[in-house]
Amino acid sequence: MSATPSSDVAAAAQGSPATGTTLVKRGLAEMLKGGVIMDVVTPEHARIAEDAGAVSVMALERVPSDIRAHGGVSRMSDPEMILKVQAAVSIPVMAKARIGHFSEAQILQALGVDYVDESEVLTPADEVHHIDKWAFTVPFVCGATNLGEALRRISEGACMIRSKGEAGTGNIVEAVRHLRSIVGDMRRIAAAGDEAELFEWAKQLRAPLPLVQEIANTGWLPVPLFCAGGIATPADASMVMQLGAEAAFVGSGIFKSSDPPKMAAAIVEAVTHYRDPEILAKISSGLGEAMAGLETATLAVKMAERGW
Amino acid sequence: MKPRVGVLALQGGFAAHAAILQNLGARVDEIRTAEQLASVDALVMPGGESTTMSMLLERSELLEPLSERLNAGMGVLGTCAGMILLAVEVVDGRADQHSLGLVDITVRRNAYGTQIESFEADIGVDGFETPFHAVFIRAPAVERVGPTVEVLARHGSRPVLCRSGRAMVAAFHPELSGDERLHARFLADL
Repeated sequence: MSATPSSDVAAAAQGSPATGTTLVKRGLAEMLKGGVIMDVVTPEHARIAEDAGAVSVMALERVPSDIRAHGGVSRMSDPEMILKVQAAVSIPVMAKARIGHFSEAQILQALGVDYVDESEVLTPADEVHHIDKWAFTVPFVCGATNLGEALRRISEGACMIRSKGEAGTGNIVEAVRHLRSIVGDMRRIAAAGDEAELFEWAKQLRAPLPLVQEIANTGWLPVPLFCAGGIATPADASMVMQLGAEAAFVGSGIFKSSDPPKMAAAIVEAVTHYRDPEILAKISSGLGEAMAGLETATLAVKMAERGW
Repeated sequence: MKPRVGVLALQGGFAAHAAILQNLGARVDEIRTAEQLASVDALVMPGGESTTMSMLLERSELLEPLSERLNAGMGVLGTCAGMILLAVEVVDGRADQHSLGLVDITVRRNAYGTQIESFEADIGVDGFETPFHAVFIRAPAVERVGPTVEVLARHGSRPVLCRSGRAMVAAFHPELSGDERLHARFLADL
């Protein structure tokens, strides 16, 4: 390992450093809080994202709205494309693996990506099992539509949860539904009267009891909760932050708008100043067209329904 | 009187710092604007993405007021990205990245590599009787220390905790490992 020269006697005396621990993996998610993670499909997009103040980029072949339009099986990106994105920026680079596809995740870890997204935006590879994320040094983020799903992913080793929303729609309604469900159930669990109620919550949520008990004690997930799927404007970003999201993933919303650099910078500022309507009014002005967007009732595929 | 401590909340791990400071009895404010900055006695600059914070400092019109307060001797604790922003010289940063230039050190961004190389380790800190558990996340490395800078801790041969005047900077994350001693020292020095 390059981090600490093995010849260094002082370091050895201090105890050898440990990589890939839960603290280290959750730690990067802590550092991404209050930031925007942007989907990019080329190194040029990645540079635009970094220039606009993104805290991280998600390297993928097509943004979700194009995945919808294109159809077919959607897979992990070409490693060559991921390497080019890594070379183009200095911020952390994430990449997506299909649900359950541990081999794609192993390849992404070998490429040195900073986070793996086990994502419903790609076509699932396993209709029963998610990836055993404890087995990896690289941390994972997973989507969730409700608290039970979030806790199952955490029990499998996810170090960050993002509410799923409905990717590629530019419609915030599903993200709002999922966030309200997750945050509302956490609030109700924190207000539970006794242990017996927690046993019932664990049954209802199909989630491990210790994680339910942890929420009862702390009022929050043991990992950060971010929001994804449908953010298309600074106001969308502000709304999900006010509902309890700790950072935002923006996919099609930036590069399907009429002026991506401007929209990207505005959403970055909106996530920081999410409680200040005067600043939000200023940064929302003159951004051009947001992405066109889709009514969720008209969708042939609901990506949020993928995951078990 | 309780010290009034601001935590720069433009982006990053500000909430964990705020929780520890509150636990230690400080009055804590999240800082996102110049008006908010004017009301605090000291500041914590947290970890996160230094490039993002640099841009947000500029767009939120905080660069000049912050620079003025720092040069006037406001106490400051900078961790990871906070250390990068406070350094005189940054290597492997963006060309347009702002440096507040308060601490005479040269810092290399992401010196250890990607997240897979991030690690935790015990380090010895001057003045602490037992080791401090330090978490390094895509951490910067201090490559040069100027004559006005005191090194308080090293990992291997690399300085990881430095003090210069009323500024303390760490390459690691004291807010993540549940050890409040560094924050307590910061408050005691105010």
